[in-house]
Amino acid sequence: MNIHNFTPADFKADLEVKWCPGCGDHAVLNAVQKALPEISETLDYAHERYTFISGIGCSSRFPYYMNTYGFHSIHGRATAIATGVKVANPGLSVWQVTGDGDALAIGGNHFIHAVRRNIDLNILLFNNEIYGLTKGQYSPTSKLGKITKTSPFGTVEHPFAPGELVLGARGTFFARAIDVDINLSKDCMVAAAIHDGASVVEILQNCVIFNDKTHSSITDREFRDERTIVLKHGEKMLFGRNKEKGLAMNGLGLKVIEPGKDGCTIDDVLTHDAHTPNAGVHMMLVNMRYPELPVALGVIRQVPDSTYNQNVQRQVDQIRGGARIRTMDDLLNYGETWEVAPAATE
Amino acid sequence: MKQPIERDTVVIRFSGDSGDGMQMTGTLFTDTSAMIGNGVSTFPDYPAEIRAPQGTIAGVSGFQVRFGDRKINTPGDYCDTLVAMNPAALKANAKWLKKGATVVCDVDTFNDRGLDRAGFKTADPFAELDIADYNIIAAPITSMTKETLKEMPLDNKNVVKCKNMFALGICYYLSDMPLDHTIDYCRKKFNKTPDQAEANIMALRAGFNYTSNTHATANTYHVAPAKLPPGRYRTIGGNEATAWGFIAAAEKAGRPLFCGSYPITPATGILEELAKRKDLGVKTLQAEDEIAGICTAIGAAYTGSFAVTTTSGPGLALKSEAIGLAVMAELPLVIVDVQRGGPSTGLPTKTEQSDLMQALWGRNGECPVVVIAAGTPSDCFDYAFTAGKIAMEHMTPVVLLTDGFIANGSEAWKIPAMKDYPPIHPPILSSAPEGGYLPYKRDEERLARTWALPGTPGLEHRIGGLEKDFLKGSASHDPANHQKMVDIRAAKVKRVEEFIPEQTVIGASEGDLLVVGWGGTRGHLLSAVEALQAEGKSVSLSHFNYINPLPKNTARIFGKFKKIVVCELNLGQFANYLRMNFPEFDYLQCNKVEGQPFTVAELAEKFEKILSK
Repeated sequence: MNIHNFTPADFKADLEVKWCPGCGDHAVLNAVQKALPEISETLDYAHERYTFISGIGCSSRFPYYMNTYGFHSIHGRATAIATGVKVANPGLSVWQVTGDGDALAIGGNHFIHAVRRNIDLNILLFNNEIYGLTKGQYSPTSKLGKITKTSPFGTVEHPFAPGELVLGARGTFFARAIDVDINLSKDCMVAAAIHDGASVVEILQNCVIFNDKTHSSITDREFRDERTIVLKHGEKMLFGRNKEKGLAMNGLGLKVIEPGKDGCTIDDVLTHDAHTPNAGVHMMLVNMRYPELPVALGVIRQVPDSTYNQNVQRQVDQIRGGARIRTMDDLLNYGETWEVAPAATE
Repeated sequence: MKQPIERDTVVIRFSGDSGDGMQMTGTLFTDTSAMIGNGVSTFPDYPAEIRAPQGTIAGVSGFQVRFGDRKINTPGDYCDTLVAMNPAALKANAKWLKKGATVVCDVDTFNDRGLDRAGFKTADPFAELDIADYNIIAAPITSMTKETLKEMPLDNKNVVKCKNMFALGICYYLSDMPLDHTIDYCRKKFNKTPDQAEANIMALRAGFNYTSNTHATANTYHVAPAKLPPGRYRTIGGNEATAWGFIAAAEKAGRPLFCGSYPITPATGILEELAKRKDLGVKTLQAEDEIAGICTAIGAAYTGSFAVTTTSGPGLALKSEAIGLAVMAELPLVIVDVQRGGPSTGLPTKTEQSDLMQALWGRNGECPVVVIAAGTPSDCFDYAFTAGKIAMEHMTPVVLLTDGFIANGSEAWKIPAMKDYPPIHPPILSSAPEGGYLPYKRDEERLARTWALPGTPGLEHRIGGLEKDFLKGSASHDPANHQKMVDIRAAKVKRVEEFIPEQTVIGASEGDLLVVGWGGTRGHLLSAVEALQAEGKSVSLSHFNYINPLPKNTARIFGKFKKIVVCELNLGQFANYLRMNFPEFDYLQCNKVEGQPFTVAELAEKFEKILSK
C-alpha cells in the first residue's frame, strides 16, 4: 500500500472554471476534488488512474476542470464511451459526469444498460431538472406541469425518478446527495468508488439561472434536517434536528413516527440495510417525497455482485489459459487446411 | 459407368426452403472441392426472412459455388447444375440455368400443393419453364431419405433434416468427388449424438449410390485440381477474413483488440468471429445499439486498444456523429461497413455498393476519414490489416467498405505468414517529453498526434469534441485556430497517400478502354476484362481499394486510355467522386442496383458495345 498524500489541489486543472456564479456544479467539483485524495488512500489509486468521461451539457464541462485524464464527448454517449474505457482497461478508475438530459433523455438507453451490466463506473448524475446549456427547456426529470421555454403552459409528461430507474435496471448502487452538502457528496463519491459495479450518485443540483431553488424546499439549511434523511447502512432510519423522528413500516408503505410518542418505540424504527439484494424497501426509500415523507439521501443501495468488466476479463483469462491458438499464425493454420505441392504447379 | 467429362470449371447452385440447410450443404460441397485442390468461389443468396412461409418463392435460400482447375475469381453467372429441393426453388432459380443444365429436384415436393405455392399454373413445371429438354434428375429425395433411415432411432423431423445430405451425395456423384471429408465433418459435428451423425452419413451415401445406380447416363463432371501456387491453403469467407485481419493488426501493433458492435446483417459474422477469439485476447462488446457500439470502441481506443466497430449502411448512419468525435479526438478506429441494398432497411441480405458517399461525407462539419475497400473475400484480411495499420499509425478513423457479396462469399486462400506482414508502430507516448506534454503536437511525416494512454503517469490531459487548440488540445473557439485545425485534419488524411501503394493496371497500361471498379466487384470485372483480353481487345482493368485518399498516380493511369468506364453497384457514386477529383477525364458508367452482383456476361457485353462505338 502506497501513501499518496494527495490534496484537492492535485486534482485541480489549470483552467478557469466557467460555470455561472452560484451554480451548484462548483460545489460538486469541490466535493470530487476532496473525494479523490480519500479514495487514493483507501484504494491505493495513483493519480494517473482517474479518468473522467462526460457527454454534453453544463455538467459535462467537468473533465476540463480536473487535472486527470478526461474525455468530453458527445451528447448522451458518455456512458457508452466510459463503458469502452473500463472494459478495455479495467485498471482505471472511471468516472462519468452527466446531467438529467444527457443521461436520461438522449443517453437513457446507454444509462440503463450500463446499470444492468453492472459495469464498474462511478456515474455522477447532476439533476437540476432543466436543460441549462441550451438555456432553459424541460428535462426528463422536470416535475409535471413545469413551465419552461418549451413548455410555456406547463409540461404534460411524467418525469423519471433516477433512483427508480436504477433499481428498475437492476442496479447495485444508488446514492443521493445535494450540491450544498459537500461532505455528504464526498462520502457518497467515496462509497461509489469503493463499490465494484455501476455506482450511480444522483446529486440534487441547483441551476441558478434557469431553475433556481428547484430543490430548495428540501435543501435549504433551515429545514434540511426536517425534510431529508441521511441513510447509513446498519443504522436506524432517524432524522430531524435532534434525530427525534424515524421511518417505520405502514402496511406496505412507510410512515414517519416519533419514538416515545403515540406508543411508538425506537424498535419500531427501521434499520437501513443497503446490502440486501431485495429492492423492495430501497424502492420505497428512493421514492420518498416531501412533504409526505423526508427525501432520502446517502447510500440507499449497495449490493455486491459480479461486474461486467470482471466477467469479461475472467472469461478472456480462462480461455487464454488453456488455448491451443496462441498467435495469429496458429489461427491462420487452424482447422481444415491442405497442401498444394510444387509438383502440381506449372 | 460413363466416363466423367473433363471440365475446367463447374457451377453448382443449391436451393431450397430457408430451413432446408442449403447454406450448410453448399459449404460442405465447397470444402470438399477445395480440399481436393480445386479453386473455389462461393455466393450465398438467401432471403431476409429466417423462415418465410414454406414452399414460397420468398423463402428460397440459395448457395452457388464455382470450382475449377485454376484460381476462381467469381462464383459464376449461370449454373451447370441446380439442386432444387422444392418447386419454389426451381422457379426462383431457373433463370440462372445454363442451356441444357442438370437439374436435381426432390420430386416428393412437386405435388399439387407445392406447385401451387410456387405459383406454377400447370402440373408440368419443367415444360412451363421451358426446360423439359434439360438434364432433369427427378429424385424422390425425401422419401428415399426416409426409407434409408427407417431403422434409425430418430423421429421424423430429424430424419427429414437429413435430406440435404442425400442431395449432397447426388452432387458428389455428379462431380466425381469423394465423400470422406463430409463424413469426417458429420462425425465431428455430431460427436455427442452418434445416431444423428450416422443418419447424415447414411443419407449422403444413399444419395451418391442412388445416382450411380439410376442415373449413370447423367452427365458427370471431373474438374482437375487447380494449378495454384504451392503452399498451404484453406477456405476463407469475407467476414471471417475481416475479423482475422483485425486480430493480425492488433498482434503486429502489440495492442489489445476491442470490438464494440451491434448485430446487423450482413456484418454480424465479423462480431461473431471476433467473439470466438478470446484465446487471442480479443474483447468484444455487444452493445445496446449501433451508437453504443462505436462509442464503446472510441472509449477503448482512448485507452490504447486497437478498436473496431462493425456495421452495415443503416448502422453507419447511426454512427455518424461518433465518427466525427473520433475525427476530432484524432483516435485510431476502424469502422467496417458491410454494404447491403439501401436506402433504409432496403435489401438486408443482398449486396450493393451504395454507401460510398455516406462513408466519404456522411458527417457534420469538414470531417475527413480514410476510406478503403476490399475486393474479394480473402483480401478482406489484407485490407482489414491495412485499415488497422493506417488507423493506428496515422491516428485517424478509417472506414473499411466490404459488401454482402464478398462478406458471405468464400474462396480458397493461400495461408499467409505473419512474418510477411509489415510492422505497425502506433505513436504511443510513455512519458512526458521535455517541456511538457502537448496532446495535439504532430509528427511531420504523418501529421499524426501522439497516443497518450490513461494510466500513464505525467500525461494527464483532456480531449473531446469541441474544437481543439492546435497544440495544447484544450477547447478553443479562436477563428484562426479553427481554420488551422480543419486544414490540418484534411492534410493528415491526404498525407496517407504517401503510405499506400500506387494504383495498378491489369493488362496493357494504355489502350482503348480502361475498366474502373472498386471494392467487391473485383472478381467479376477481372473475369470480364480477361475474357475480352483473350479475344485480343484493347481493354485493361484498374480496380481501386484505396478510395480516400486516392493513389497518387490515378490521373496518370487514366490519361493513357481513350475511354474510361466506371462500373459499380450503385447509380454512379465512385464515378462522381472521380469527376470531382479528376474533372479532366470523361467517365462512362456501368451501374446496377438489383441487389445482385454483376454477371461477367453483362459486363463483357457492355464493354464490347463501348469498344465498338
